[in-house]
Amino acid sequence: MSKDITIQVIDRNGVSHNVIVPTDMELNLMEICKASNLPVEGICGGMALCASCQCYIESAHKLPVKSDDEEAMLAEAFYVKENSRLACQIQLQPNLAGLVVRLAPEG
Amino acid sequence: MITTDILIIGAGPTGLFTVFEAGLLQLKCHLIDSLPIPGGQCAEIYPKKPIYDIPSHPEILAGDLVEKLLQQIEPFQPGYTLGEVATTLEKTKDNHYIVTTDKGTQHCAPIIAIAGGLGSFEPRKPPIEHLDFYENKGVEYMIKDPEKFRNQNVVLAGGGDSALDWTLFLEGVASSVTLLHRRNEFRGALDSVEKVQHLKNQGRIQLLTPAEVIRIEGSDKLESLVINHNGEEIKRSCDAFIPLFGLTPKLGPIADWGLDIEKNAIKVDNSLDYQTNLPGVYAIGDVNTYPGKLKLILCGFHEATLMCQSAFQRLYPDKKNVLKYTTIIGVKGFDGSHKQAQKATIKSIE
Repeated sequence: MSKDITIQVIDRNGVSHNVIVPTDMELNLMEICKASNLPVEGICGGMALCASCQCYIESAHKLPVKSDDEEAMLAEAFYVKENSRLACQIQLQPNLAGLVVRLAPEG
Repeated sequence: MITTDILIIGAGPTGLFTVFEAGLLQLKCHLIDSLPIPGGQCAEIYPKKPIYDIPSHPEILAGDLVEKLLQQIEPFQPGYTLGEVATTLEKTKDNHYIVTTDKGTQHCAPIIAIAGGLGSFEPRKPPIEHLDFYENKGVEYMIKDPEKFRNQNVVLAGGGDSALDWTLFLEGVASSVTLLHRRNEFRGALDSVEKVQHLKNQGRIQLLTPAEVIRIEGSDKLESLVINHNGEEIKRSCDAFIPLFGLTPKLGPIADWGLDIEKNAIKVDNSLDYQTNLPGVYAIGDVNTYPGKLKLILCGFHEATLMCQSAFQRLYPDKKNVLKYTTIIGVKGFDGSHKQAQKATIKSIE
C-alpha cells in the first residue's frame, strides 16, 4: 500500500523537480523541499514568521485556507502575487498529488 | 571593558540556560542580545504561543518559559548588554576573546558561547533598486529620533502595527505624512486602524492603497519616490522614506568571524562539546549545525550543558570536574543564596 504522492517543484533557475512525498508523516511543503535539498530556507521553522519559504502555486489544487498568521506574513513579504503561499503552511495530503509550485525569489 | 568567564551571544532560552549550567560550575556569564529584552524569539516573536515539547511542561507559553528561565538563573547574577549587536570578535595574546558591539561596548572572556538562534533581527528591506545607496540619505528602516522628521515630508510604507503607529505619531511632527501599503487592508490594533482612518478622513494624512514604491530618485540623496498606485505611476517629492516591513533574522556580523558556516548555521563538533573551529568558541542552540541537528529548545539546553562542562575543563585543565546532582548539592548562587533539599529529620520513638 503506497501512500506516496508526487509533486512538482520549480526552483529559482526554472528547473523542475519531481518530488515524492509520503502523505502519512504530516509533512508540509517547506519540510519536504528542505528534505529534498531544494533551496528553501524555512528559517523560522514553520511558524509563518519569515516568508523564506514563499512559493507560487501553479496548479489548480484546492489548498487549505490561509491562516491569519500567513495572511499577515504575506502582507509584509515581498514578491507576493495572487498565488503566493507559505510552503510551511501547506500540509501535503493525498489530494495534492500533482501539485505544481514555483519557489519565489529570496527576499 | 566588561569581563566574565563565559560571554554568551544571544539571550534566548539556550543562552539563558547556559547561565544556569555555568553557574553550577561557579562560572560567571554575561549575555549580549540585539533585542532590548531577554528571551530571543520566544519573547519577541511568539510570547503568547504555547510550546508542548519542553520536558515536564505539558504546555507552556513561550513568554512564560523565558520568565521561568530568568527566575532560574537569577542566583547566578548574569550581566546583560541588551539592544546591541555583537559585531566583531578578536583574539588577544593570552587566548581571550574581545567582542565589540555596534555601539562600541567591549567584552572580554576566555570562552565565547554563540547562542544566536536565527541571528539578529534586522529590518526587512523592500526590493527596490539602489535602495542601499539612499540609506541614511532619506531612507530609514527604524525611527530612533522622531524629531529628525520635524517639518519634513515623510512617506511610510507597510501595513502592520509599526507603520500605523508611526503614521499616527509623525502626523504631529512632520509637515506631511503619506502612508502607502500594497494591500487595501491594514493589519494592526483596531484602535490604530481607526485613528489612521480618522486622520485620513480629516485630510491630515494621505493614504495610498494599493500602492508600492517602485523607484527612488535623487542625485545624492532621496528627492522623490516613484509609486505604483493602483496600476498608475505617480511621483511624490519627499524628504524621508520609511519602509516598515517587520524584522527578519540574519546571521549578521557573526558570519564574518572566521567560523565554519554551512547553510546559515555554524558547524560544531557534536561528538564532543559543540566547539566551533575556533578554540574556546562554542555554538549552541538553533545557530549551530551538525549531522542529525534538531532545532529544538530542549536540544539547546542539552548542548548548553555539555558545552559548560567543556568550558570548565578548558579554563581549569588541572581541576577534576565531577558531575554533582542539584538534588544533592543544591544551588549556590553568586548572590549568597543557597537552595537545598530539606534534610529529613529523624526522630526516634521512645
